[in-house]
Amino acid sequence: MFLPHTDSERSEMLKTIGVSSIDDLFQDVPEKVRYPTLNLPPALTEMEVSAQLQQMALANETTQDLACFLGAGAYNHYIPAAVDHILRRNEFYTAYTPYQPEVSQGMLQAIFEYQSLMCALTGMEVSNASHYDGATATAEAGIMAYHTFRGKRTRFVLSPGIHPQYRQVFRTYMSGYENLEIVGDEVEDNPMNYLERLGGLVNSNTALVIVQYPDFFGQIHDFAPLAEKVHQAGGLLCVVVNPIALGLLKPPGEFGADIVVGDGQPLGIPLSFGGPYLGIFTTRKEYVRRIAGRLVGETVDTQGRRGYVLTLTAREQHIRREKATSNICTNQGLMALAATVYLALVGKEGLRQVAELCYHKAHYAAQRIAEIPGYRVLNTQPFFHEFVVQCPKPVAEINEYLLDYGILGGYDLGQDYTALTNHMLIAVTEMNSREEIETLVEYLKEFAHD
Amino acid sequence: MTEPTLFELSSPGRRGVRFPEPDVPKSALPEGFVRKELPLPELTEVDVVRHFVHLSQKNYAVDYGIYPLGSCTMKYNPKINEDMARLPGFALAHPLQPIDTVQGSLALMYELQELLKEITGMGAVSLQPAAGAHGELTGVLIIRAYHKSRGDTKRTKILIPDSAHGTNPASSAMSGYEVVQLPSDKRGNVDLEALKAACDETVAGLMLTNPNTLGLFEENVLEVTRVVHEAGGLVYGDGANLNALLGIARPGDMGFDILHLNLHKTFSTPHGGGGPGSGPVAVIEPLAEFLPGPIVTILEEGSDEVPPLYGFKMPSRSIGRVKAFHGHFGVMVRAYTYIMMHGAEGLRKVAEHAVLNANYLLARLRHVYKVPYDRICKHEFVTEGIWDDAPEIHALDVAKRLIDYDFHPPTNYFPLIVREALMIEPTETESKQTLDKFADAMIKIAEEAHTQPELLKSAPHNTPVGRLDEVKAAKELVLCCWFPERERQPA
Repeated sequence: MFLPHTDSERSEMLKTIGVSSIDDLFQDVPEKVRYPTLNLPPALTEMEVSAQLQQMALANETTQDLACFLGAGAYNHYIPAAVDHILRRNEFYTAYTPYQPEVSQGMLQAIFEYQSLMCALTGMEVSNASHYDGATATAEAGIMAYHTFRGKRTRFVLSPGIHPQYRQVFRTYMSGYENLEIVGDEVEDNPMNYLERLGGLVNSNTALVIVQYPDFFGQIHDFAPLAEKVHQAGGLLCVVVNPIALGLLKPPGEFGADIVVGDGQPLGIPLSFGGPYLGIFTTRKEYVRRIAGRLVGETVDTQGRRGYVLTLTAREQHIRREKATSNICTNQGLMALAATVYLALVGKEGLRQVAELCYHKAHYAAQRIAEIPGYRVLNTQPFFHEFVVQCPKPVAEINEYLLDYGILGGYDLGQDYTALTNHMLIAVTEMNSREEIETLVEYLKEFAHD
Repeated sequence: MTEPTLFELSSPGRRGVRFPEPDVPKSALPEGFVRKELPLPELTEVDVVRHFVHLSQKNYAVDYGIYPLGSCTMKYNPKINEDMARLPGFALAHPLQPIDTVQGSLALMYELQELLKEITGMGAVSLQPAAGAHGELTGVLIIRAYHKSRGDTKRTKILIPDSAHGTNPASSAMSGYEVVQLPSDKRGNVDLEALKAACDETVAGLMLTNPNTLGLFEENVLEVTRVVHEAGGLVYGDGANLNALLGIARPGDMGFDILHLNLHKTFSTPHGGGGPGSGPVAVIEPLAEFLPGPIVTILEEGSDEVPPLYGFKMPSRSIGRVKAFHGHFGVMVRAYTYIMMHGAEGLRKVAEHAVLNANYLLARLRHVYKVPYDRICKHEFVTEGIWDDAPEIHALDVAKRLIDYDFHPPTNYFPLIVREALMIEPTETESKQTLDKFADAMIKIAEEAHTQPELLKSAPHNTPVGRLDEVKAAKELVLCCWFPERERQPA
């Protein structure tokens, strides 16, 4: 299928090499391990493999068949048709890292534009070319802060309002460093009310404080006082964002963030059962040399024409090896392109409109659910497009019931927060019609009655 | 021609997409939190599509021609992979759905884990890591967790051959280890005596790439892994070059304890201009409990009529999560499709032809380019891009001149142990005709290096831009086309 040689070409090539058979090319492999029998299924044709995978895909029920009120870090948004048409350009998706800038100006300029859009969105000065996802971008913020203080500050304060999986990844990444103090997100009585307590944990040994905006519970906090406190103590503040929310909300660059990270999935990237997504990472100019990962910079060619190159590569692993700022080698090039195309298409007005649609629909849903006896909406702070509902029964039971009526219910917060057992995190986006919201309300009501 | 940026193309009032008006009553916006300015471009769909089509035309790609980047395995990416990953059942599934609604995705992940176990000869697989370097970090953290679990705290060093990818030492350092570099011997293998001398009770493990970055099979691999094991260390395999070994030899049979795979190299998933990749980690059975998770498992066995029930399980002493959700599922679908279309025999043919193609190119080039470690290679080989009798010419000049002949250059300046290295990996999907054209161009360039060096020095000549000023880029650091305080020069 993908192997071109004919028998006569093969023998000509072997003759040029000076061996008599392909086996002769593998004499350096110890005989006792050479040519194992692989017990794999027989090869399928394209027609057969296509049929098999369609069967497997059909075994899933997805957001196409169900009204989706599930978010918790991955969101069901509308993706304009043009996004995938651009992503399917062979020149983009079958290219590699732009190491040879003269034949990679397309990808380089696209990444440069991506960096620019991320700066615009987050209100920061520098963006890298992306990380694997929001969780690993958050972890990289930890590593950057650790090195900024040369390992001398060992306290890292995490808000319990950060996505639980992000906090887990953060801990895994930091597990190679000895004697760190990772505090702030211990399970407690009221995990939604943490702002004051976090401030109290900041001391002169604090390298980094991380908060989420809007947080995992959907809440929008004013982090300006916290930022001031962190800076007074000489530490750094990292804010985890939802990029769609930044279509409406004040960017973290305006309230003192030193690092902004987040997952770019909502910007035109399909849910795809969790990946590939896009790790956003922006910071202030003074930290540019401490950033992990690739950076694209503008320059000129020998004739003075504008062009783009990978720059500050001396930070990276292929040059600095064990002294590099990170081991990261790839970025999420194609996903960064998706976000760039998405933002170019929706533009200034469109992003604001999507954000407002999410906001209004979520608030409408919250009001309607709060009216149902047996349910309570816990959010007292302003919130964006997710909110916490106290339920009369275990969330898993409710979700099973809702599924029978074609509804994908919210996230079971009890999995991560014992104080929030029987609490559901509901997400509403522009994709949810009023009718879907009414249906959700109706079946939540009916479930409580049953 | 210079393509304006999105910001330069922007015209106030233009729209690319419209969204419906809200069908619910509006709520008051959160006071004090609403942003005043959103400095995004304003364009129509036509503007956007043309802009990106123009940009795409400035890229070289595998679908255009041979991409002989050493250690990158730029093989052809079958189109069916793309369609399968976009099946709505896969592409529109939310990662946190109840497991009984995503049995198709879970079955695919489970089967992929099983396929990778069989191909590598390992005992367990986690699909969570997002890329090769991510897999390395995962692997080194597993080494750490393993020693810690045995109360063995003396082990502070990781041994890494001087030919290794830069990610190896970087991953080790991120995991808190001291890196000890091992020299290569004259045949390009790990220097066994140096290895033996370095192996003591402070060694946590060895990171080994096989075939190594010279494209050479580690001839003493069985001895190397035995020496490390005897010293109580673990052997980590960098699977970047696994394409040469499919059906030829399994890392698990050669004494590797941990291995990462690059689905985007070996299993044909597209490189996407620098990602997304996918870097599953495979381990021998005794290390399975340390893998990052959760991992897909069978919760309830099936029967002839009923399929099994798949779900997630966190390994008992897991190093933890390394990524949100379940890894790069979309990439897994592509790799699974590829493996299913090849079977055991097909995969062995892939490796055989990758090695045949590399040796054929080596045979055609070794008379004009010096090959410091010259023996039968595997999937790639490394030459010098420099001649004593053409002192002005460097590997970079050869690379740039290749662009004039319409080829993507090989990897240059890596590995570091070859001076002015040109690292060439043709992959199995290139025809003899393409290889011949590429070899002819390389030979012509070697001749030009001696007769018309200025042609190489000023190359490339027909690209949208010529050689770029990298010093200016690093010094002036323009990383963003939008800046509140920055006045833009018109393009």
